[in-house]
Amino acid sequence: MSIDLALIWAVIIGFGVIMYVIMDGFDLGLGILYPFAPDEDSRDVMMNSVAPVWDGNETWLVLGGAGLLGAFPLVYSVFLPALYIGVFLMLAGLIFRGISFEFRFKSHKNRRWWNRAFFLGSAIAAFAQGAVVGAYIQGFAVEDFRYVGGALDWLTPFTVLTGLGLMAGYALLGATWLIMKSEGHVQQWAYAITPKLLLTVLAVFAIVSIWTPLVSPEVYSRWMDTFQLIWIFPVLALLCSGLVYRSVKRQDEGLPFVMALGIFLFTYLGLIASKWPVIVPPNYTIWDASSAPESQLFLLIGFLFVIPIVLAYTAWTYWVFRGKVKVGEGYH
Amino acid sequence: MELDPLILSRLQFAFVVSFHAIFPVFTIGLASYIAVLHGLFYKTANQAWDRLAQFWTKVFAVVFGMGVVSGIVMSFQFGTNWSNFSYATSNFLGPILSYEVVTAFFLEAAFLGVLLFGRNKVPQGVHLFAAIMVAIGTFISSFWILSANSWMQTPAGYELIDGRFHITSWLEAIFNPSFWYRFAHMGMASFLTGGFVVAGVSAWYLLRNRDVEANKKALSMCLWLLLFLTPAQALIGDFHGLNTLEHQPTKVAAMEGNWETRSNVPLLLFALPDQENQTNRFELGIPNMASIILKHSADGVIPGLSEVAPEEQPPVALVFWSFRVMVGIGFLMIGVALLGLILRRKGRIFESPLFLKTLVAMIITPFVAVLAGWIVTEAGRAPWLVYGVMTHAQGLTPSLTGAMALFTLIGYVAVYSVVFVVGVYYLTRVVRNGMHDDPIEVKGEVERPKRPFSAAHTPLDDDLGDRTAGANVS
Repeated sequence: MSIDLALIWAVIIGFGVIMYVIMDGFDLGLGILYPFAPDEDSRDVMMNSVAPVWDGNETWLVLGGAGLLGAFPLVYSVFLPALYIGVFLMLAGLIFRGISFEFRFKSHKNRRWWNRAFFLGSAIAAFAQGAVVGAYIQGFAVEDFRYVGGALDWLTPFTVLTGLGLMAGYALLGATWLIMKSEGHVQQWAYAITPKLLLTVLAVFAIVSIWTPLVSPEVYSRWMDTFQLIWIFPVLALLCSGLVYRSVKRQDEGLPFVMALGIFLFTYLGLIASKWPVIVPPNYTIWDASSAPESQLFLLIGFLFVIPIVLAYTAWTYWVFRGKVKVGEGYH
Repeated sequence: MELDPLILSRLQFAFVVSFHAIFPVFTIGLASYIAVLHGLFYKTANQAWDRLAQFWTKVFAVVFGMGVVSGIVMSFQFGTNWSNFSYATSNFLGPILSYEVVTAFFLEAAFLGVLLFGRNKVPQGVHLFAAIMVAIGTFISSFWILSANSWMQTPAGYELIDGRFHITSWLEAIFNPSFWYRFAHMGMASFLTGGFVVAGVSAWYLLRNRDVEANKKALSMCLWLLLFLTPAQALIGDFHGLNTLEHQPTKVAAMEGNWETRSNVPLLLFALPDQENQTNRFELGIPNMASIILKHSADGVIPGLSEVAPEEQPPVALVFWSFRVMVGIGFLMIGVALLGLILRRKGRIFESPLFLKTLVAMIITPFVAVLAGWIVTEAGRAPWLVYGVMTHAQGLTPSLTGAMALFTLIGYVAVYSVVFVVGVYYLTRVVRNGMHDDPIEVKGEVERPKRPFSAAHTPLDDDLGDRTAGANVS
């Protein structure tokens, strides 16, 4: 094969993951902020601001899962057994969250319960995803292409921290999204909480950055000796953080969200650069983890066809539902 | 009590896949019915077809939504509990299952929104086209899934390299020897499910004198359809059985409760298979009938379970009885369809309360038959996961412990129970509220195709009033 299919697929899956994280991130974040909202009106606004788009955002999760089985089956068959309990919790969280999206508006007598389901589902799903990131940094006990560790090996102080860190990060995305989509007292509340969330995220960011080289010696050597250019990513992420803070102080509406996305993007790129080309840490690369070239090629045809459609559809949805969400109204 | 991760994983998969399967089997049939209703309205401009189409589209939206929610878990099940199987078969199953997802998303993105929310917003012809495309899309989705399952039953077009399957011919693998039989049998099952549910709900409305004009049309149409489809399904099932005999003789032996290879095999109506002693403890059957059905002659020789060692046999009693439940319901369906024909000749099709109540009771039967049929084919494959190549035990996740498997089994049962209870409860409210002059609706909700529930508009826990009275005598 003259074309490196594994490389193409790594780009596609990498793109799918970041699409999922930044898009489902802000609506999971709103769910995490739910109990802290000042009143039921603001909860209506929060939910209405993501109701049109949240399910489209989750498309990327299913597409990514299916794509992994087709293109990098080793990732699929190592990560899922290793993160067994976490995966279950994430799915349960996403399901409860999904049905509360459907029924909260249709329900009057039991709205409290749907609020709780929405918060718990979002919080659990976000924590589980953060723990997955931490587990990926730690690496897995793999022998002969099979996971050989225990059920709760992934649950370490480090992954608890990354889990909580991603919850804070998602909440930051949620708050800055709300600044963009709301007005009046709801928006003022979002402005007020954003700096606090930003500080939490930065604190976690700092601890994880110091801790990561300690749990992963390969990463340490890459950061310290071989690949100096890598430092650009944390610098850019910090720059974005500063701009989030400044734009909130200046009461900008769109910039905080864009800059919060920037924090995520550069952190993600930094993580990939730390590990590349390893996809199942500690020692399997994207080429080791690939399915047969004929399978990767067969599936590529379908993906190249559908990804532009999903992207266009997503963009169109965001365009249709652009603008502010007002208190006391759904979209008509 | 030692927890066995293998048994628990099989239970879990059976539970999750059964729970999921009941939704698509209904939506595939219903999507075609909705497309037909749109077509009839387009042609005749009769408002009754439009009312029916609107109502059934609401039901479709809710059932489709439940199918999507329960399906998300399916795409992770292979990796969590069957990682060795996933890894070994990924070269084939990865792309095939991905194509199902790709198909489903393409369909949702392009046409589902127009079908659910496009009424009065797009030209009627476009709306009809969207309905047809959604119906076709549900079939394409089931095409991929059934191809994957058939390949596990009758693997083809592959070579094994270092314990992994590599595809040598995509065409042979996708259109493997049992595929078309399974696809036809399942497609027909979807039509029957749609038909019996629509007939039952129409009968329920007629018993309450609600929108009599539209529901008489719907009921009459369904009974004609069922009259032809129920015997057709029996015929397809027979061909499918012959194909299974050719490729998986042990499965057929379990279905027939036939332990020894012999001629003049009776068709057992009742038996108590005793796997321990490799015999039936009690038999009641029609002499020679199984040989006649499977070999078309009374002295046809049928292979028995004893051809393979006891540990390579499927759970005979389960397969044997599930098969009888499925076939029994099949004959019951044929009987009900014939009864409809007799009443129709007498002109009493809408006047017999007993017949209408029978139809209401029949709503549940296609679902039971479909699940029983899947148990026959899946349990009948045991101990093989990929028939003749990989066993359940070999495909299991090596790191999985009994406690982990039990934890998620209980978890999924709990999660799905909530989803199912809320979903079915809501569905009954949609039905009670539907086909009505002024249905009570939730206002100001965000309508989105990927949130199919938002197309239903029925409140979840507000009082619907007494909607069962004959408020609408047209």
